[in-house]
Amino acid sequence: MNFSIFLLALFDGVAYAALVFIVALGLTLIFGVMRILNVAHGSLYAIGAYTTVSLVGYFLALGFAPAFAFPLMIVSAILVGIVIGAPLEYFLLRRIYQKSEVLQLLVTFAVFMILEDVQRLVWGTQPYFNSSALQVLGNVTVFGVTYTAYQLILLPLIAVVLLLGMRFFLRHTIIGKLITATTEDREAAQSIGIDADRVFLFTFVIGAVLAGLGGALASPTTSILPGMGADMIVLSFAVVATAGLGQIEGAALTALMIGLGRSFAVYLYPEISVLVPYLIMVLVLLVRPEGLFGSPAARKI
Amino acid sequence: MPTRTQSSKPSNKVNARMTSPLSWLWIVGMAVIIAVPFLVPSMQLLVNFALAKGLAVLGVTVLLRAGQVSFGHALYFGIAAYAGAFLMTSMPATDFFVILIVGVLGAIVAGLFVGLFVVRYRGIFFGMLNLAFSMIFWSILEKFYHLTGGADGLRFTRPTVFGQALDHVQFNMVLYYSVLVLMVALGWFTHRWFASPVGQLFQTIKTNETRLEYLGISPKRALLSGYLLSAALCGVGGVMMGMAQGVVTPEYVWWVRSAEMVFIAVLGGAGSVQGAFLGALIYEVVRTYASVYAGDIWQMILGGFLLIIILFAPGGLIGILESAFKRDTTKPSAKTGDRK
Amino acid sequence: MKNLFVTRAAAAMVAAALPLAAGAADKPESLKIGMTAFLTGPASVFGVPARDAAEILIENINAAGGINGVPVDISFIDEGAGAEALTSEYRRMVESGGAEVMLAAISSGNCQTLAPLAEDLQVPNLMWDCGTQRIFEENDYKYVFRTQANATPEMLATVLYLLKTKPDFKTIAVVNQDYAWGRDSWDIFITALKAMKPDVEVVAEFFPKFGSPDFSTEISRLQAMQPDVILSTSWGGDLDTFVQQASQRGLMNTSTFVLPLAESSLERLGSALPDGHIIGARGDHYFLHPERRNDEDFKAFMTQYEEKTGDVSVYPVFHASQAIAALKAAYEKAIADNSVDWPSEDQLLAALEGLTFQGLGRPVTLREDHQGVEDQLMGTSVQTGEYPFATMQNIMIFDGDELTTPVGQNSIEWVGALDAGFVESVTVDTFEN
Repeated sequence: MNFSIFLLALFDGVAYAALVFIVALGLTLIFGVMRILNVAHGSLYAIGAYTTVSLVGYFLALGFAPAFAFPLMIVSAILVGIVIGAPLEYFLLRRIYQKSEVLQLLVTFAVFMILEDVQRLVWGTQPYFNSSALQVLGNVTVFGVTYTAYQLILLPLIAVVLLLGMRFFLRHTIIGKLITATTEDREAAQSIGIDADRVFLFTFVIGAVLAGLGGALASPTTSILPGMGADMIVLSFAVVATAGLGQIEGAALTALMIGLGRSFAVYLYPEISVLVPYLIMVLVLLVRPEGLFGSPAARKI
Repeated sequence: MPTRTQSSKPSNKVNARMTSPLSWLWIVGMAVIIAVPFLVPSMQLLVNFALAKGLAVLGVTVLLRAGQVSFGHALYFGIAAYAGAFLMTSMPATDFFVILIVGVLGAIVAGLFVGLFVVRYRGIFFGMLNLAFSMIFWSILEKFYHLTGGADGLRFTRPTVFGQALDHVQFNMVLYYSVLVLMVALGWFTHRWFASPVGQLFQTIKTNETRLEYLGISPKRALLSGYLLSAALCGVGGVMMGMAQGVVTPEYVWWVRSAEMVFIAVLGGAGSVQGAFLGALIYEVVRTYASVYAGDIWQMILGGFLLIIILFAPGGLIGILESAFKRDTTKPSAKTGDRK
Repeated sequence: MKNLFVTRAAAAMVAAALPLAAGAADKPESLKIGMTAFLTGPASVFGVPARDAAEILIENINAAGGINGVPVDISFIDEGAGAEALTSEYRRMVESGGAEVMLAAISSGNCQTLAPLAEDLQVPNLMWDCGTQRIFEENDYKYVFRTQANATPEMLATVLYLLKTKPDFKTIAVVNQDYAWGRDSWDIFITALKAMKPDVEVVAEFFPKFGSPDFSTEISRLQAMQPDVILSTSWGGDLDTFVQQASQRGLMNTSTFVLPLAESSLERLGSALPDGHIIGARGDHYFLHPERRNDEDFKAFMTQYEEKTGDVSVYPVFHASQAIAALKAAYEKAIADNSVDWPSEDQLLAALEGLTFQGLGRPVTLREDHQGVEDQLMGTSVQTGEYPFATMQNIMIFDGDELTTPVGQNSIEWVGALDAGFVESVTVDTFEN
């Protein structure tokens, strides 16, 4: 493995990790605050992708410039958060906060099943593809190998901005502090006048927007088709559990580990590339039961 | 949940149980299941699948009694099925019972290996770690195509039964009644196990784990014993399913399959032995007919069904039945009581 | 109690055996058939078009008076609902749903599961889409027929077209889906290629997991290696993603892609598939079939299909048309041969042996081992501007007889024994577009 191939594997891993991180970020945020592991997160990711492709297709057909795809991605992500995320929390999850973890998980699993069919009813079964956003940015050539600027520069950039933005938001803004306070101790937070219901609703919508954004950003690089959510959810579970539930920085590091592990595996021993995320997860959890960044005190059981 | 733990104690009134309408219902239900191959032969395979799945769900149910939920128990379902399939493909005409035993042994060995690690964890981590192990096995099955047949899986012919080669009708009968016998025997065993000292300790993990530690008992060991039982039960279900299908595929281990088992356990009534089988039957029927008559929305129907159960009938189907029959039984005895 | 069951069971058995005993059957009110297809999951890119096509074809048959006056009634089973639901529903449809003939399946795995079941249930089964060559090479079936080619002629045609159009390439890489089709098709392809061109060098073999959302890493490696030819037998979303990503990164300008299933993705790929890459269609299936596109029945169906679905036809539509054509031809032949109103099952099976029928492509014949002999169409992609997607030029149609493994032989052994002379010896019809 020479230097340029090493660099390539590095780029592949980073580009992949960026996307996984954006999805896992929403999942871990929701878990950190609400203690719910949201299986339907994968569906929100898929719906974000579908919505983006439909909107981009519609507006490009109207004669808009391909660069218009970028604002449409943000619109799609917000749509996912508000049209699906908000009602989901308000009408369904709110009823089950008192129930056991298992039941909460199963409720989101049921939502996942329902949303899988909703996708099929709305978008049919044919794969969609729209890479306008990717084409706008063109290619960059690194060591004689062409790579899309979208995957090599834009995606990692967004991931880093989201990571730093989320840190800043949780630590230095009022709403962020309210969220952190509710996470630490819900009852105490309520007793000092924090409206925990609104905090939860807000958090869930943000998480859903992030899932939708992950899908929106993935859409120019991949075919959008039924079942894409099921794969993504297991992968982001692995990231979130390895990092330690609710650990944002940990999720970034784990996503990077999994991304790089996978891309180097493709170069060195392609047969195990699929195994990498789970192997990393098992190895980490065996050594550190609470995940890389999880603290044992967080165990409330 | 505490009511169910009570009912598992042998001290329950035997008389009441014999005469309660609910136990009559079980007897009638059993009779119907026994008669299925004669009355509605077209349902035989469906019921066979459902009961095999029910055995695996029983395994998940055992863990639920300790308050633990595994999102990877399809691992044992699959390992046992694959162990049986490997045996069949390498030694055709192996006997039915040998395959059953080898498959279940495979599940137990795997359960011991994985169990030793995962019993240190609780809650979400327990579930996730199980998920990770099952996904590793799934990836191996998919990837090592030349050994495992990849996504197409392994196909094998009918095994012999006591050295006799059977045609498909006879073999299906053998399978059907074997799974029925297994259901009754293992259901009864599990019921007794819950009432046994080990089983009681195991269930204490849910209610008060620290108390176990104060008593000087290792909760890990208690959990491991239940974990092995659950792996073995999933294994029995897996082998029976594999033989009923004549093919095993990596889909047996896929995470959705694990989630489905938990789904059925909760649907039937989390923690209830009968609920596991009742849930599996209802689930399989709804799933099959929904996929035929509402091909586009069968997942939606199942998902909606689950939501309704969790939100409005947290005791599951068994809970619904029990409350329906409790009302009936209390009516006569309450004549002089609080009824106005 | 017990006695009652026994008598009932015995009575049922006798009743079931009666129609078989008679020489011919009574004309039923309708001919019930069942068809399995992926209506959900990734393979629904094939299943849904096939179902739509089957519905149109059956409607057309019924509008013309059915088969000897008997209307056909088709129901579908979703292969995407999982193996248990599939097998139990298949069984139910045959045992109590009254289905006389089954059409199953798309997935090779499902074909291998259902073929023995069809034998057990004694129901004629037309395998209408699955490609595994193993079925008839490893087992003899009485009730199971395949109304199209299998993986061997499909891959062999690909190798031949590649060698005829680009004889001087040196290196090849493969990117196939990691499941039986991806592995088996590569086995056949490379065995045949090495037999006919021993100096070829395989520089990379990738089997990314089925449904992989991202091929960036594979593409990076391929860019570093610059193979002359890149084979991918992927289909559906995987193929679309791979081609789009490869096209983005410029890989399609440096290597020739060989895509034996790309005919089913042409419309979706749009302008992403540039000129000069090799396209196959799993048989002579192409909505602009050079010999058939001016035929009235072909044109009429294409219009009907486009009106119903808004898409152009892809190969599963052709496969569905062949299965239904075989069904109709077999019943008509059995009726004529035996001078009966309606054939018994044995008469139907006898008619299926050696049957020749024509769907939307060229005629297909069922061999003695029940394998269909189907011609193979290959072409090179070209963006003409006439359609908003690539179409084919330099089309060759290979003769199925010469490409199908002889009865009783193993495909891998047979293609391994071919030599360079085979490329020149095969019969081929060439068309400009």
